Order: sequence, then structure tokens, then C-alpha cells
Amino acid sequence: MNFEFTEEQLMIRDAARDFAQRDLIKDVIERDAGSIYPTEHVKKLAELGFLGMLVDPAYDGGGMDTVSYVLAMEEISKVDASVSVIMSVNNSLVCYGLQEFGSEDQKNKYLRPLAKGDKIGAFLLSEPEAGSDATSQRTTAEDKGDHYLLNGTKNWITNGNTAGTYLVIAQTHPEKKHKGINCLIVDRNSPGISVGPHEDKMGMRSSDTHSVMFNDVIVPKENRIGEDGFGFTFAMKTLEGGRIGIASQALGLASGALERAVKYAKERKAFGTELSNHQAIAFKLADMAVKIENARNLCLKAAWLKDQHKPYGIASSMAKYYAAEIAMEVTTQAVQIHGGYGYVKEYHVERLMREAKLTQIYEGTSEIQQIVISRDLLK
Amino acid sequence: MKLLVCISNVPDTTTKIKLSPDNKSVDLSGIQWVINPWDELALTRALELKETAGSSIEKISVASVGTAELEPTLRKALAIGADDAFRIDLNPQDAYQVAEELAALVKAQSFDIILCGIESSDYNGAMVGGMLAEQLGYTSVSSVSSLNLDGSNVKLTREIDGGKQNLTVSLPFLAIVQKGIAIEPRIPSMRGIMTARTKPLTVVAASGSSALTAVVGNALPTAKSACHMVDAENVSELVRLLHEEAKVI
Repeated sequence: MNFEFTEEQLMIRDAARDFAQRDLIKDVIERDAGSIYPTEHVKKLAELGFLGMLVDPAYDGGGMDTVSYVLAMEEISKVDASVSVIMSVNNSLVCYGLQEFGSEDQKNKYLRPLAKGDKIGAFLLSEPEAGSDATSQRTTAEDKGDHYLLNGTKNWITNGNTAGTYLVIAQTHPEKKHKGINCLIVDRNSPGISVGPHEDKMGMRSSDTHSVMFNDVIVPKENRIGEDGFGFTFAMKTLEGGRIGIASQALGLASGALERAVKYAKERKAFGTELSNHQAIAFKLADMAVKIENARNLCLKAAWLKDQHKPYGIASSMAKYYAAEIAMEVTTQAVQIHGGYGYVKEYHVERLMREAKLTQIYEGTSEIQQIVISRDLLK
Repeated sequence: MKLLVCISNVPDTTTKIKLSPDNKSVDLSGIQWVINPWDELALTRALELKETAGSSIEKISVASVGTAELEPTLRKALAIGADDAFRIDLNPQDAYQVAEELAALVKAQSFDIILCGIESSDYNGAMVGGMLAEQLGYTSVSSVSSLNLDGSNVKLTREIDGGKQNLTVSLPFLAIVQKGIAIEPRIPSMRGIMTARTKPLTVVAASGSSALTAVVGNALPTAKSACHMVDAENVSELVRLLHEEAKVI
């Protein structure tokens, strides 16, 4: 056992912290209020190499380990989860999926620009009537010999409008159920694609969430990832890695809220002394800190297992489930500690609380994680 | 043309300073170390100059005097973009010793331009740059807030009381830089962190310098006394407190 980070991991954490505390913090409240996409910040994320930090340097990525990714995601999410979700989807869903399962040609053509941040990726799985139940895909990829004909609608797509490259999960052989599903790499500019309006969300308001419609979109056969019918396995394997990203995001929301609550409790006075001298507040802070430490250890363990090429699916489900649940609890308590100030936007914690809610829902709800964990226990 | 940025390894600026039991040194346990903020800005400006189209700067080196514990700080400088680093292996006791050690390195490596931060954020001595220039016989200018290359000359601006002064100097040259030399320090990129793995960090033996001063003791500032709030209507009480307690009137 060794709980020490390497010098390089700490340098990456500090780089993410500097970027978040210096750049993101400046306009995060305005971007949240106006649902403004963080165009300049995403450009900077690309320049710093965070958008492809997990990708092999042979494909223009940063070649960093997953532990570093957890540290960076936590720091960025402390300030702005709308930005960290863009980073998470690009890294641990789109780039990871392409690097792990894409052909050499697909990697050269699609992974390189995504790793450099020249393009952003999106992962299109959810549908109006297929969220957690990912086997019930209604989007179809009809086999037309040398190409697929893509039809259907995808919902809640992060980077839906800004992405240049889509990974689309669609049904080719309905009779084979989930074994008939494929994943296709689709150029955003292909004829027949239309994007719905920006979703007006409760939190993560400056990330770019849309529905995407496909109407007779022609996708070359060579854009299918893996063998015919590999799409469902592809999606599940890729989401295993994605969960580490969202778990770390939830961790960051919680630890960001705790940092703000500690600062406030030391400054604000009530009944003649600082809030931190009241046991009711001090004990809340202690509970928050313990939960965060647990969540951090779960995230780091899942990341470490992934880096060691050991099975990490259950560990990443545990991390995502626990971190999301405690993010909701901790951010709610942070608002409580701030009292009335916590309920106004200037103090940030109400936004962290709104953002935390989504971590219990997307990339596998808390209940889906419970299914994954309990099925493994009971098999 | 070779450029050197002198780096001081300092505690993070938010560190709460504690003294050792004998008050002769600072308790270094648990401190997070960073590049001295002025040196970090100097490095940023050096990189901007090197990246300018047609720049005559071939290489940027960084150097620091200290023990192996400061190497992460030098590696961060490499990750930010310096080409190589030197650590002079000595725990220096005063600014003169630092300057003498750096002078020995510069004589061995012959740099054309040297940038030093105006002071270090820990001891605020503001001495090394001037002493180093003197030992080398280099022209030096202090309080430099803008620096540009113009052929074999350097055009610079220095802050003076109530205004600015524009100067030109020839090489070799040492600039003691302050805020304004670059807008904000650079954040190392993933590629920078990756390439820093293979950039040279050379450990140089100390040249046998000795300190000119010895610290007898340090003292922390006395804690601020509690703030008395006096009701705006109660002027007589305010006068009484100023007279009897603060003893200022």
C-alpha cells in the first residue's frame, strides 16, 4: 500500500487547480446564470492538454494516468462542473472508447483531433425512451451494404452542439436485441443531422446539452467500432471508465463545497463567536470531511485498478454511486452552514448543490450503480 | 543566445509561518513549495521572448541554490517550458552565498541574459540580483517591468517613483524584474509535464562560497489586538479609549 502521489501527479493536480482558481472562477456565476458555453475556457483546456490527458501520446494525447485524471477532475469540479463534464465526456467516454476499441485508421482520423482538443466529442446513448434501460435503443443503423443509414433521436447529449465527432449507439439487428447494437463514429457535419435547442437545466447550465436527430444519415461502414453487434458491449465497457470521471466530478463538487463551508464557518460570527466554534457546525464539517475522504479513496482505488489493467467496473460503480450521493449531502450541508448567504448565487454553494444533483442521475443513475454492485455481490 | 532565470524555492504564499524552537530558522514541516512568484513571471517573459518569431534566444535555463528537496520546483519550471535546469547543491545561509554560487555557474555556462525576480516572497531580501550582477561585472537594471530584445540590445522599462523610465542596454545583461514583466505565470500543460521527464536537471557541486551574515534570531510580528467596536453615537467613549488605552491622543 502506498497513499503517496508522485511528483508528476501533484504537478497535474496543481495545474488543474491553478486553471480553475485563476480562470474558471472569474465568470462561473455569469455563465451559470446565462447558460453560456465556456468557449474560451474549453480552448484553454485543450491548450493545457486536459481534453486528451488520458490518451496515449502516440495519438497526440497527454499520456497521463487515471489517478492524475481523478486529481484534475476534482480540482476543476470544485469550481465549475459544467467545464469538467466537457472534459470528462471527451476523455473518458469518447477518447477512451476510440483508443480502446477503435481501429488504427479510426484512431488516426478521429482520436488525434479529439486528443488535441481540435475537436470535441460526444457520446450518444440516451434516448427519449431509453435512459437507464440502454438495451431498448430505438435509433436504427440500417445495414445498406457499404454504409449504414442512421435514423432516430438521442437525448441529453453533453457537447451535443459543439462536438465535431459523435459516437452513436444504434440498433442494427432488432431481433438480436442488445447483441444487434452497433456504435458508429459520425461526423457532426453529415447531412441529415439536426440539433435541438439547448436544454434549460437546473445545474451544469453552461455545458452544452441538446437532443440530436438523425434523418437518413449515411455513415460509412468503416466507421463502425468493432465487430457487427459490438455496440452494447462497447457502451457498457466505455461507461465503466466514464464513471470514474463523474465520480471524481462529484468528489470535486463535495470538496469544493467543504472548502467554502470551512472558510465561511471561520469568518462568520453568531452568538458572539465564529460559526466554527459552535459544535453543531463543527460536527457537520467533520462528517462532510469523512465522507469526502471516503469518496476520494473510492475514486482513487478505481483509477488505480484501471491504471494497473485490473478489473475496475465494480470499483468505479462504487465510486460513482458513493461520490454522487455524498456530493448531494455535502453540498446541501454547505448551503445550510452558509444560511441565507448559501441560498444566493454569490457564495457559489447553491450552484454546487444544483450541479451535484446531476451526478446522481447521469452516466448511470445511483440506482443503476446499486444494480451493478448488488448483481456482482449476488451472482 | 542563452538566457538564465534564477529561481528561488519559496513556501506557498498562503503558508502560515512558524519558527523553530530556537527562533533561528523557520519550521519547514508541511510546507508546500512553489516557484517564487517574481521568478515565475520572469520565466514566463523569457518563454514569450523565445517564442517570438525570429527570436535569437536558443535556450532558457533555470538555476537554484539548494538541497534536493527543491528539485520538484525546478522540474515544474521545466514543465512550464525551460530547456534545462541546474541545482547548485548547497543549503545557502544568506543572499551573498546564493549570488556567489550563481556567479560560479554563470561563469561556467556563459549566459547572455539573466533574469532575477526583484525579491523572494519568503525573506524579501531583494539582494541576489544586484550582488550577482556585481560579481559577474554584468550591467544590471532593477525594477524592470517590460523587457524586449532589439538585435544585440535590450529595450526595457523600469518603474521609478511616480512614473516609468525607458532604457536600452547591451549584452551581457542582468534584469531584476518585478510585477508587470508578464501578465500572469504559465500553467504547465500535459505535454510540458510529459516532456519535463526527459529534460536535463544537472546537480552542480557548490563552489566553496561562504555566507557573510549569520542569523541570531527571528521574531514573528505581534498578534493584532482585538478590535473595539464603539457605537457611532458614543463619541466620548471613543475619545476615552484613544486617550487611555491606545494612548494616541
